[in-house]
Amino acid sequence: MSPMQTLFPNIDWAEIGQACIDTLLMLGGSLLFTVVLGLPLGIWLFLTARGQLHARPRLYSALSLVVNVLRSVPFIILMILLIPVTKAITGVSIGIRGAIVPLVIGAAPFLARLVETALREVDRGVIEASQAMGATTSQIVTRVLLPEARPGLIAGATVTAVALVGYTAMGGIVGAGGLGALAYQYGYNGYKPDYMLVTVALLVVLVQILQSLGDRLVTRYSRR
Amino acid sequence: MIRFAAASKSYRVDGALVPALEPVDLVIERGEVFGIIGHSGAGKSTMLRLINLLERPTAGRIFIEDRDVTDATGSELRKLRAGIGMIFQHFNLLSSRSVADNVAFPLRIQGNVSEGEITARVDELLELVGLTAHARKYPAQLSGGQKQRVGIARALASRPSILLCDEATSALDPQTTASVLELLADINRRLGLTIVLITHEMDVIRRVCDRVAVLEAGHVVEMGAVADVFLHPQHPTTRRFVAEADHREGHGPEFSGVTGRLFRLSFRGEATYSPVLSNVVRDTGVEYNLLSGRVDRIKDTPYGQLTLAMNGERVDDALAQIRDAGVDIEEVTR
Repeated sequence: MSPMQTLFPNIDWAEIGQACIDTLLMLGGSLLFTVVLGLPLGIWLFLTARGQLHARPRLYSALSLVVNVLRSVPFIILMILLIPVTKAITGVSIGIRGAIVPLVIGAAPFLARLVETALREVDRGVIEASQAMGATTSQIVTRVLLPEARPGLIAGATVTAVALVGYTAMGGIVGAGGLGALAYQYGYNGYKPDYMLVTVALLVVLVQILQSLGDRLVTRYSRR
Repeated sequence: MIRFAAASKSYRVDGALVPALEPVDLVIERGEVFGIIGHSGAGKSTMLRLINLLERPTAGRIFIEDRDVTDATGSELRKLRAGIGMIFQHFNLLSSRSVADNVAFPLRIQGNVSEGEITARVDELLELVGLTAHARKYPAQLSGGQKQRVGIARALASRPSILLCDEATSALDPQTTASVLELLADINRRLGLTIVLITHEMDVIRRVCDRVAVLEAGHVVEMGAVADVFLHPQHPTTRRFVAEADHREGHGPEFSGVTGRLFRLSFRGEATYSPVLSNVVRDTGVEYNLLSGRVDRIKDTPYGQLTLAMNGERVDDALAQIRDAGVDIEEVTR
């Protein structure tokens, strides 16, 4: 027996490999759509807040309420509640594609709040200076707010990605597969501690990689 | 030319209207350096922002070059603003962009200037403000004075006819303040730009402004040529500002042991450097005792202001002779 087989007698490494790929696909897909939805939503929240460029207090309150509701529903419940929606969008309610919809609905409002907070950190004076130069609101957003807030936005995306790793582990419930599902099925239900150890260790490594990548990008874009 | 026609501004605070600026009527001529001085909360920041409509007047109108711009919106407003540069107390540079990109920013957002033209213009502006060597640096790598120079270069990029300065030297040390003010005066002379600046320091007004308006609680309480306002302040607020600039407090008790009548002499222009007092002493035999004084320049005009006590039989003759030499005299009561 090779040392690997002695240490981890139960493990099917091919299955672990597939689970890694599934987790990465779920993470990549959901992160992409989370940013596509969460970033504009965060910008919208920022612009409509009281005292901001397009202050619309009522719209802001409505958006804020939706975001808070979505953020307060536990992800596992959200996933079950969203099954009909998922079916309508992707045609399936299970598997990787089935998991991405609830992952995005769960994470986008979270990211939106982080985006809003990051944009609020941008010096008001810089926005005023841009207005004084005759910039349009869309120019202010794309050429001032987003570049100035870039470190904060990257930090927010990193936190969101790490949260998504946690969510994907729960995606096993809708049969999405991935490392979390393996840990639950074999490690927890199947009493195979080596499965638990390996899958959790891989998740830790994934989170470490995401976090240090995010930190590195934040440092690179910080000019203060 | 900038004209305020009964322009006023109030803010709504908790449902009540709080006036920030009472109706103002004034004209700022093309090419002049116009100062607005006041304590914080006096309304000077509001007044400055009415010019480029960062604030809209609650009532009254704003005219730029005889055009009523009060209601300008959309592209008309953006075009107007492109013709008015602005610099700020805290510089307000884009921290994520290099010095060159900050200066290029107003040209890029206008969208009708080619990259080649932008590069040439940026080089020219950085040379004007003396920062050619720092083009690739980021704002965080610069000193306060350098940041303000970037701010000035950026404000001038789209060749504005008006430059608004919002407490532009308040965050700078005295030496840097002097060099930035010199740069502003130089720009005013060379480019014929109208400059409107707000400040709480009379010294800033004295060094660069042609005319000044004194603001107090939203009212313009005094306005005129800087030399007149500086040498003969009328309103108590103005007097306080002038006293601060001269680093002198009220001089009641400190002259208590002095004999004779007290006078304040204000010299301006040529008279400042002529031996008026020596001549008077020789001709009339009065004695004088110099108590306090200052000889300096108001923008390009030399001036002097001396407080002295005079003794002798022919004090009135002496006063007449001093007046004839073009010196203003004010008797100080004690």
